[in-house]
Amino acid sequence: MKAAPVLAALETVRDPELDEPITSLGFVASCTVSAAGDVQVRLRLPTYFCAPNFAFLMVADAYDAVSALNWVRRVEVVLEDHFAADAINGGVAAQSGFARSFDGEAVGELHQLRADFLRKAVMAGTDQVCRPLVAAGADPSALATMRLGQAPPSRALDRLRQRRAELGLPAGDDAPLLIDPATGAAIAGDAPLHLRRARATRISIDANTGICRGMLRHRYQAAGIGEEEQ
Amino acid sequence: MYEKDGEKYFVVDSHMHYWNAAPDNWVEGAEQYAKGWIECFHAYMGLGPPETHWPIEKFQKYSEDDLMKDVFEDGHVDVAIFQPTYLKEWYKEGFNTTERNAEMGKKHPGKFVYNTRWDPREGDDGLKELRDNVDRYGSRGVKLYTAEWRQGSRGWKLSDPEAYRYLEACRELGIKNIHVHKGPTIWPLDKDAFEVSDVDHAATDFPDLNFIVEHVGLPRIEDFCFMATQEPNVYAGCAVVIGGLMHARPKFFAKVMGELLFWVGEDKMTFGSDYGIWEPKWQIEGFVDWNYPDRDEFSDYPEVTTATKKKILGLNAAKLYDIEVPPEYRLEPGEGTPAAQDSAQGVSAV
Repeated sequence: MKAAPVLAALETVRDPELDEPITSLGFVASCTVSAAGDVQVRLRLPTYFCAPNFAFLMVADAYDAVSALNWVRRVEVVLEDHFAADAINGGVAAQSGFARSFDGEAVGELHQLRADFLRKAVMAGTDQVCRPLVAAGADPSALATMRLGQAPPSRALDRLRQRRAELGLPAGDDAPLLIDPATGAAIAGDAPLHLRRARATRISIDANTGICRGMLRHRYQAAGIGEEEQ
Repeated sequence: MYEKDGEKYFVVDSHMHYWNAAPDNWVEGAEQYAKGWIECFHAYMGLGPPETHWPIEKFQKYSEDDLMKDVFEDGHVDVAIFQPTYLKEWYKEGFNTTERNAEMGKKHPGKFVYNTRWDPREGDDGLKELRDNVDRYGSRGVKLYTAEWRQGSRGWKLSDPEAYRYLEACRELGIKNIHVHKGPTIWPLDKDAFEVSDVDHAATDFPDLNFIVEHVGLPRIEDFCFMATQEPNVYAGCAVVIGGLMHARPKFFAKVMGELLFWVGEDKMTFGSDYGIWEPKWQIEGFVDWNYPDRDEFSDYPEVTTATKKKILGLNAAKLYDIEVPPEYRLEPGEGTPAAQDSAQGVSAV
């Protein structure tokens, strides 16, 4: 039994909207590994009608993350209790992509959608990094001249760099702390407004996460594999 | 009406329902969707205080007596605005139709406002039905659900040319208030169904209509805020904000309220209980007692005053719907103008 590496692989899969691992959110209902290396993962979501595009990304990412383990022989990822479960589960198993899995109902794949939400994660992460600096007395306008390498080390900073790197945005020590996540350009003019927007984005994601957790708990009393209550 | 500490609040519940989601109303072959929909709503109820939860059987189909007691007798509401949602692909008689609402409401004159709805995919027939409903029920507002499924289509956008025909008809028919509710599907499915840029387009092109975005665009509160701050005729429908967060996640509730007050402003926020998802009583009483936690992280949000709460709980919606407010419930001079379009701090910030 090699459940631990499978769980570790699933921890790298995030809900693209909430920017949090599917494990800690409680979305992994079960995970079984056979002696021969066959893995079955069952996923669950807060509602029957959760948006099918994000659901597809989580199922596909879980499939890819577990498949990447070199000892795994066969992977099955099953989304439970969802209106589009058949299309999603079948499409991921057949490696069909989103547009073919939802024939006639979609025109493209989900790269753009994923990038849009990574940009939101960058905005939210900017608030996580900058808010403590402002609370400690930094002038919000002055943050526009700071570099990433000048911010004190923290998990939030690592995470912000990682999200920026995923988007191909500057993430090194010399990169500006405040950037427009759509273009990568430094925020020169209105840093306080940029920080306001960053905070609103973070609060929106936090509030959604709170609602999703509450709905999931109402739907399934038992905790998920790797779930962390917050 | 609600009275607390000598202050009198006129309460307009601007978003509530009278639905039938019991199995006798499920469309054959679509039972899983009808069941999934109402179970999803029921999970939202789980975010309210435990003593207000109902069993699923009652939640599927509550009675007229339940509604009158929960909303008016116990619930402090003066006027309630019915917001219909049809979903006829899943519910035989519709989930919550204009007719069902009016049939019930006519026994209680003066208590209800009957909004109707439209769906741009219904073409000329839908336009005729809209005109008939305005004639019959005096509708001054509509509730639009963009994620409704229809004949294989998974939804629509407010910026679609067909939708503009209907918005023009609203103008002509005297419908002023367009309540928009986003859901998880639109065409095509690879786009974010919750994004609100179509509301932005329509609000710019129809400046004489008011666009009330229900659930403040949840789960896209930030997109909604950035849009609303630039569009004077876009309002925040606060159904789900109070019901879904005030009890379950009080810290996030305070922050979301702070953001809304900053970007949208207290003149453009309207209370809605979303009954039967949540009863209004605990929401109204809790909101009147509420303020930000006394901590630094809340210090740069706009102040919350008694006038703020009076506007959100009723005076703003009363203004949008020309509902007469008795003199003792109105604001004092200097306390602002309910439903004014340009008061948010965020407006000057952008």
